[in-house]
Amino acid sequence: MTTVEAAATEVPLRINGRQHVVVLEPRVSLLDALREHLDLTGSKKGCDQGTCGSCTVWIDGRRVLACLTLAAAASGHDIVTIEGLADGDQLHPMQRAFIEYDAFQCGYCTSGQIMSAIKVIEEGNAATDEDISEFMSGNICRCAAYPNIRAAIRHVRDEAGGRP
Amino acid sequence: MRPLTYSRAADVQDAIALATANQASAFLAGGTTEVDLIRAGISHSEHLVDINELPLRGVEDLPDGGLHIGALARMSDVARTPSVVERYPAISRALLLGASEQLRNMASLGGNLRQRTRCAYLRDGVSPCNKRELGSGCAALDGFNRGHAILGTSEHCIATHPSDVAVALVAFDAVIRTVGPDGERAIPFDDFFLLPGDTPQLEHPIALGELIVGIDVPGAPIGRGSVYLKFRDRQSYEFALVSVAAAIEVDDNLVTGVRIAMGGVGTKPWRARRAEAALVGRPANETSFRQAAAAELAEAVVREHNAFKVELAQRAMVRGLVHSLNRSQS
Repeated sequence: MTTVEAAATEVPLRINGRQHVVVLEPRVSLLDALREHLDLTGSKKGCDQGTCGSCTVWIDGRRVLACLTLAAAASGHDIVTIEGLADGDQLHPMQRAFIEYDAFQCGYCTSGQIMSAIKVIEEGNAATDEDISEFMSGNICRCAAYPNIRAAIRHVRDEAGGRP
Repeated sequence: MRPLTYSRAADVQDAIALATANQASAFLAGGTTEVDLIRAGISHSEHLVDINELPLRGVEDLPDGGLHIGALARMSDVARTPSVVERYPAISRALLLGASEQLRNMASLGGNLRQRTRCAYLRDGVSPCNKRELGSGCAALDGFNRGHAILGTSEHCIATHPSDVAVALVAFDAVIRTVGPDGERAIPFDDFFLLPGDTPQLEHPIALGELIVGIDVPGAPIGRGSVYLKFRDRQSYEFALVSVAAAIEVDDNLVTGVRIAMGGVGTKPWRARRAEAALVGRPANETSFRQAAAAELAEAVVREHNAFKVELAQRAMVRGLVHSLNRSQS
């Protein structure tokens, strides 16, 4: 057993393929660790209670909510954020599709939308618009850019044969 | 968020020892309920025991044709496990109609059973709420109670139990397996959820340091034709106004076996035993289904905004039985 005291301790985090060590209290969420301690501000804090999806990241290849994940609990796992998608200046096909299809207005939810959208296709849950809506329902868009978000997802799905 | 201490348990006994050592401890699985409630100031946990490294994620066959679901199995994984989909489609469907995929990827089955009501008066931290502060009253009684329960209520609490999968599990007489400081226990599903009565602050018969390690779902051929229907104010990512798990077996057009449970209407996952008793031996048609549904809802207690649930629940039950009948005959 390892007990971490309430005081800050060193927490190793593997993010976008790079190993970091951050000094954090156990109560710090992964979202706050990313944004406040690692300058990875692409993941957004919308509700901070697991309702809006704007903090969606991948842990061990699955989309999850960084606001309800304690950073200490994410230690030892593979974390991918929106910053980890592009290959240098080459955007991920889903990022390009969101631009091409104008799949946002204010943009605040967009990184979470993209992190979910890539997984929706990988999971095989993007066969129909109805499926896309259902399996994207954990990502709320206050601007209601939903039709364009679905169009971007359809584009990547059809262009890549289901695998972006 | 208040300061916390955090431990990672290496095995079940380690987890129990760590949790028992601190009166204000809680187990941390997916965190979707516990982290949320600590941040909201509703949970007063000071020490979290991370149990995610315990080997409790599998879904295994039981000798009687049933299934053992590990407490740490994630909602999204259980929903897509072939043996669950084949033997208990209502369990799979209930899981997929709950929360969002991100939350389903995080949330464990054990944690799902320990989640707390979404009653806004519990969660706002200031309204009278006998669950949060016994004796303070219940703001929901004369407040905005559209989502609240109509069965199993008391004058002290009308909060609805929010789980979908628990509704399907109670229909199949699932058993909750725990390990605690005093050893192992097997708790029948219906006994795990307490009615509010005069003690709405007590929700489960679980001791400090007692860990849910799994759920046994007994073998039940009737389960293969089971359905789960959910009715809500928006189409996805919303709690049920009314939901129903239903399974029916028929011989020569007479009901020989039936399982019915309801969500969104009860203070606990609601097994509709009156309706079941009213149906066995009766013709399998909508007239019988309607009479059975009326028997179950006869003692509903409604408040200002939730009276519609009495009719909605009956229609949902009838529709669930019709769907299950169609499925069992196809």
